[in-house]
Amino acid sequence: MWADMDHNEDTSGLKSQIDENLKRVYREALEEDVPDRFKDLLEQLRKKESGK
Amino acid sequence: MTGTPVDPRDELPDHLPALRAFAISLTRDVSAADDLVQDTIVKAWSNIEKFEVGTNMRAWLFTILRNTYYSLHRKRRREVPDPDGAHAARLSEKPAHDGRLAMTDFLKAFDQLSPEHREVLILVGASGFSYDEAAGMMGVAVGTVKSRANRARAKLCDMLGLAEGENPVSGADAATLAVMGRNGVQAA
Repeated sequence: MWADMDHNEDTSGLKSQIDENLKRVYREALEEDVPDRFKDLLEQLRKKESGK
Repeated sequence: MTGTPVDPRDELPDHLPALRAFAISLTRDVSAADDLVQDTIVKAWSNIEKFEVGTNMRAWLFTILRNTYYSLHRKRRREVPDPDGAHAARLSEKPAHDGRLAMTDFLKAFDQLSPEHREVLILVGASGFSYDEAAGMMGVAVGTVKSRANRARAKLCDMLGLAEGENPVSGADAATLAVMGRNGVQAA
């Protein structure tokens, strides 16, 4: 029955509310600062390779 | 340095915030997410020849990340919850006064979904991938992505108690259907 959700106009408001919240969850995670460990890791990987 | 071919790995830093956001959505645990991102970077780095230049690198990285996550997850066979709701609390400062879903409740419900359900909702609901792209990343048919997304949304509604008033024809709640049959309730 939920397969019909997309075709059901009554639920589209709810669906967009959910998606709005999902976007917010994702966006807030996206806005967090990326820890330095990842820049360091990339640098390390590159060094290791050029040392070969 | 002229004539040096472009190394697609130079693009990796651009995708770190999105990778991390996806990892946090999947694991609901920042330190587990960071470990996952670390593994993903190392794998992507050493398998870069498998990346087809000109295709979507973010989708490629997301695929590595989710495959890594599920192989770990299957090994551990347990959820990594956020028992104190630390992450949930941090993300939910603004209350909803205008009838929209309250973020705290939403996150609580979201945390209780299976990782598969969180994944599909983040991919198609939040991060803007198409059903086709999500299907490619998840390694399933497009129809599966759609039905899984619908089930995940239904589960969220159910947990948030939205199946009754705001979603009268969901079919998720027999009592609601009964009420609907009696009163002919129909949302405008």
